[in-house]
Amino acid sequence: MTVIDNRQLLSGNHAVAWGVKLAHPDVAPVYPITPQTPILEKITEFHAKGEMTTELLTPESEHSAMAACISASLTGARVFTATSSQGLLLMHELLHYASGARSSIVMFNVNRTPASPWGFWPDQLDSLSQRDTGWIQLYSESPQESLDTVIQAFVIAESLQIPTMICHDAFYVSHSVEAVDIPPQSLVSDFLPAFKPEHRLDTSLGQSFGAPIDQLTWNRSRQEMAQTMAQVGDAVTTTGEDWGTLTGRSYGPLEHYRMEAAEVVIVTMGSMCGTVRDAVDAMRAQGQAVGLLKVRLFRPLPVEALRAALEGVPCAIVLDRNYSPGMGGILHQELKSALFGMNNPARVHGLLAGVGGVNVPPTKIQQLVADFKEAEPAVQSVWVE
Amino acid sequence: MDMITYQDNEQFSSGHVACGGCVEALALRVILNTVGEDAVAVVPPSCTAVICGGYPFSSVKIPVFHTTLESGAASASGVKRALVSQGKDDTTVLCLAGDGGTYDIGLQALSSAAERNEDILYICFDNEGYMNTGGQKSSSTPLNAVTGSTPAGKTTRKKNMVEILAAHRIPMIATASPSDLNDMAAKVKKAKSLRGTKVIIILIPCLPGWGVADDAAVKTARLAVDSGVFPLFEVEDGVTYTMSNDSKNQPVDAYLKLQKRFRHLSPEDIEQIQADVDQEWERLQRRVCETEPA
Repeated sequence: MTVIDNRQLLSGNHAVAWGVKLAHPDVAPVYPITPQTPILEKITEFHAKGEMTTELLTPESEHSAMAACISASLTGARVFTATSSQGLLLMHELLHYASGARSSIVMFNVNRTPASPWGFWPDQLDSLSQRDTGWIQLYSESPQESLDTVIQAFVIAESLQIPTMICHDAFYVSHSVEAVDIPPQSLVSDFLPAFKPEHRLDTSLGQSFGAPIDQLTWNRSRQEMAQTMAQVGDAVTTTGEDWGTLTGRSYGPLEHYRMEAAEVVIVTMGSMCGTVRDAVDAMRAQGQAVGLLKVRLFRPLPVEALRAALEGVPCAIVLDRNYSPGMGGILHQELKSALFGMNNPARVHGLLAGVGGVNVPPTKIQQLVADFKEAEPAVQSVWVE
Repeated sequence: MDMITYQDNEQFSSGHVACGGCVEALALRVILNTVGEDAVAVVPPSCTAVICGGYPFSSVKIPVFHTTLESGAASASGVKRALVSQGKDDTTVLCLAGDGGTYDIGLQALSSAAERNEDILYICFDNEGYMNTGGQKSSSTPLNAVTGSTPAGKTTRKKNMVEILAAHRIPMIATASPSDLNDMAAKVKKAKSLRGTKVIIILIPCLPGWGVADDAAVKTARLAVDSGVFPLFEVEDGVTYTMSNDSKNQPVDAYLKLQKRFRHLSPEDIEQIQADVDQEWERLQRRVCETEPA
């Protein structure tokens, strides 16, 4: 069933705020940062109008915002916050804390270049450099996907008790406007069950969190996280399919776009996917067998699904809108690691395309395919700007 | 002040791991017993975090959330807001922090919580240094004190946290001492009855950190009060100052000489400290006078 009774022109950030309104968190600590701020302002506007009764906190830093998120979540509240770049990096200590404490926070991060030098441009290094903090990471390509993913993220985070971060690119998605279908409240309320964690800070239970532990207990806490992380891929699939049944828009850990008999598959994340779709359409129209493999779930990395998707594909070209100094593109590293040990694996090119928010138009992508599809891959990622 | 007589009601268990003779455990017992069962505690790294117990034990009966060192007041705010969203407005949310977690790394979060007037009861166990890491200086360490990071004595003054908090105009700030448990219990009881941010700073003479004899912590705390080094008083709404001890009747030397951290002081140093304490005492008395009705 497809429900379209409220279609509005929304920016990516306002689409996120609509998703939050529909999910209705109990507590939302928020702190401004460009280009996330429109999320915060839309939420506070909903609140001021009485359309949300969420407990809003406006602390002095992203560090304190995340601290309040963790403790509120452990008290049994549904919790949301949003940030970007420096703010996410300031939270770094607490990102580890949030996952270790098995909190169920949903956070939206607008991908922006980290300083120095100062920049405000789309680049995924801020969140990708948090890949080891134990958060689920989902990357969205469009305002509609961002709204839909916020709601799905609450289901995933709260059912598995793993904090979940959703990312979209600065400006290309955050400030770009498109027609967005806003699902009815009743649909979301039915889809998203109430958050009632068994363990919580509650005077009737007397349970405590975070006390010092011995080595083996710490070790086991990570093994338990590993067991849960192993369930995330299926949860993302099921949640995305269930959402599709209700709205006509399905999602999964990966998306295959025109990958039938593809000789070249472009692997990327975020807004770059939209550009690649155009390039793929143009190349397919010219008779070239090129497809797109969109990575929506980056953490946990859907290793088996990536291997299956690229089985028999001769050439994969990774477009990284990020750069890890000394190693190259992060998705490039991750994909090579995922494919290691396959029989006849795809040749994997890692291209540093669009680092720092540099525009990568469809024609550029077509040129990159022409330049690299027959080439022997370099071990390291290659700068193409 | 409405005085109450302190009574035990077993919110804090024996078998905790505080140093023998530690008055922080004594103060914790008074606070927890006064606040009672309907409370949640947030504890950043500190001696209190250790005293509350390592997993799977807990020496306190109420739920405890161990948070990060910068985050005491922010985490307490999160717990409180979550409880409010559940309709549990009356549950007391305690933050039990040390001076490092209050005067230094936690000040930013505390200032923000105070500015927002979050409904939390924030207790600072002030042992004037990072005693849980072996005794290094914090911004609460007094002038001249020897610590692990000031082996020749600290060259700057103790930060005046009460004045900083008073500038936030929160409902209540108080000082308290393990040498006067009834006063401490009365202040906790009053703070619990008020909505908004309440802060109580309790001076905790640290046996190893200050070089105080195992049986001398209460005596040292009493001399801190009686000498005027640590006056007991209360500030309401940032402007109304009320003394809990009206006079000082001991020289600072009596207080200083119980502590190895001050044993290098010359008679001139002690004279200077006495002059400083006298001046601060006068300043405090002027604040009290200013707030008395004309």
